[in-house]
Amino acid sequence: MSAPVVVRATRASRFGAGLAAAALAAGATLPWWSDSGTMRLAIEFFSFLVMAQMWNLLAGYGGLVSIGHQAFLGLGGYLLFALANHGGVNPFLCVPLAGLAAALVAWPAAKLLFRLQGGYFAIGTWALAEVFRLLLANVSMLGGGSGQSLMAMAAIPRATREPFAYWMALSAAVAAVAAVYLLLRSRHGLALTAIRDSEVASASQGVDVAFTKLWVYIVSAAGFGVVGAIYYMNILRISPNAAFDVSWTAYVIFIVVIGGIGTIEGPIVGTLLFFALRETLATFGTWYLIALGAIAVVVMLYAPQGLWGWVAARFDLHLFPTRRWLRR
Amino acid sequence: MLLEWLDTVLQGVLLGGLYAMFAMGLALIWGVMRLVNLAHGDFILLGAYAALVLAESTGLHPLAAAPLVIAVLALGGYWLQRGVLNATLGKGLLPPLLVTFGLSIVIQNLLLEGFSADSKALRAETLTTASLRLGESIAVGWFPLGVFVAALVLVLALQLLFSRTALGREMRAASDDPETVQLMGVDQRHTYALAMALALALMALAGVLLGMRTSFSPTDGPAYLLFAFEAVVIGGLGSFWGTFAGGILLGVAQTVGFRIDPGWGLLFGHLVFLAVLLIRPQGLFPRTR
Repeated sequence: MSAPVVVRATRASRFGAGLAAAALAAGATLPWWSDSGTMRLAIEFFSFLVMAQMWNLLAGYGGLVSIGHQAFLGLGGYLLFALANHGGVNPFLCVPLAGLAAALVAWPAAKLLFRLQGGYFAIGTWALAEVFRLLLANVSMLGGGSGQSLMAMAAIPRATREPFAYWMALSAAVAAVAAVYLLLRSRHGLALTAIRDSEVASASQGVDVAFTKLWVYIVSAAGFGVVGAIYYMNILRISPNAAFDVSWTAYVIFIVVIGGIGTIEGPIVGTLLFFALRETLATFGTWYLIALGAIAVVVMLYAPQGLWGWVAARFDLHLFPTRRWLRR
Repeated sequence: MLLEWLDTVLQGVLLGGLYAMFAMGLALIWGVMRLVNLAHGDFILLGAYAALVLAESTGLHPLAAAPLVIAVLALGGYWLQRGVLNATLGKGLLPPLLVTFGLSIVIQNLLLEGFSADSKALRAETLTTASLRLGESIAVGWFPLGVFVAALVLVLALQLLFSRTALGREMRAASDDPETVQLMGVDQRHTYALAMALALALMALAGVLLGMRTSFSPTDGPAYLLFAFEAVVIGGLGSFWGTFAGGILLGVAQTVGFRIDPGWGLLFGHLVFLAVLLIRPQGLFPRTR
């Protein structure tokens, strides 16, 4: 009898890696074979993909349900406008800085908000986002309540601006998926999933619950900060009401829930589905949003594992496996 | 000058009565079934719009329409809990949060579809304009005063319901241990649904009073959810009197903020909430065990 070995990859996951590499190669060359409209849509797509991965890490793995992560998106966006418009900093350099700033703000914010339990934590994060919105609405240098345009971008020719913004969005998306994947495969990921399943039991096994929750909150905030800078570099205009709108998080939650919470594939599938629905049904306006809300409710009630959760259970298919299998 | 500030604080206290009423439903649902209802503010608006429809179609005074609105929403609340929300309980944090968040989006957009984004108000004739003079420069509106007194009475009634009646005991027991309470012959699904019906009745009343006090539009719901939540946290979880005090404090903070600079009103309210969270995370008046 041979000793069991720990298996961490499957045939599907090797296929998944190949698929990801092919998609990446096709994606990286997009500026050469596509038009600017497609590029802008792709930037938006990758923005949502990053946010979905980050929110899924936070809620699906960390068990921390935030409905106020637009706070960090807005902060990232505003940092771009403040530094690029008023500080003369290169807009592209602002993207990593936005992530850093969001992480720096997230640290004390987490200390404060973690005093609230469960559902109240969720509303607390939202209240914090409102504070940022109202604060920035009072900063007249950044346009107050009506916001301002990204003048700094006008100096950069369009032929440079759009591909670079696109590559930043693509890199952010790849980094987000890779980071979540590697994190979850590490011992920290194991600690994280243990906390999600039972805080008490994992603490008794020596998992530092408070520290694990803190870093997952900070990482996800940094991701939203980066997206804020990239997204608003694409949009070129920011206002407090748009940047700190709760519908950001609402869409992200929809994506993660429909795609499959607690999986890496889920947010990818969810983002694809979200954009497919949006591009075909958005003309229906409010009815489209009513349908989104209703779908989210129905999925949560009857298929809480989401689309990918169903696929994974039905076909035992894992493109990004984070588990450890014991095989002989 | 001093009198003007006194006036500002007084108006804040009275506004706080309305916020306390917003908050009671949220505190009740949390207390009984540990459910955080993210559609809370949208239900309050539903009450206001229901009164609007009734008042405009029949010519009734909004206050006369209130009992029917309250009854309809309470009934809806009972079935919402039995048909939907009970199924989300006991499965962790996510299901109830996400289901109520989805409901919030659905309600908001249905209201937008039905009533457009224009703000509406409930016409209450002289009732909301008459005021009581307290001195040279201080006057108190009869209507805000009435709302304040009503909130006070409701807190007292809730407190009595929970401490003195069989239903209140059942609700407390279901909250403490939903499994054991079933062994005692209590159907906790029914108890939860009754709590939700009661909470929605409170929200409906709060919505009608809100609509008589100020104008409202379909996207206002989230703001009211936040006010209610902040009042609950400021006051301290698990205590209705604390929630009442939290509402008052929030109302005063907002009114004083507005007085200093119109852009700061809401911000002041949020900052008081964050300050309480920082200095006294258990709230000002937590229930002592």
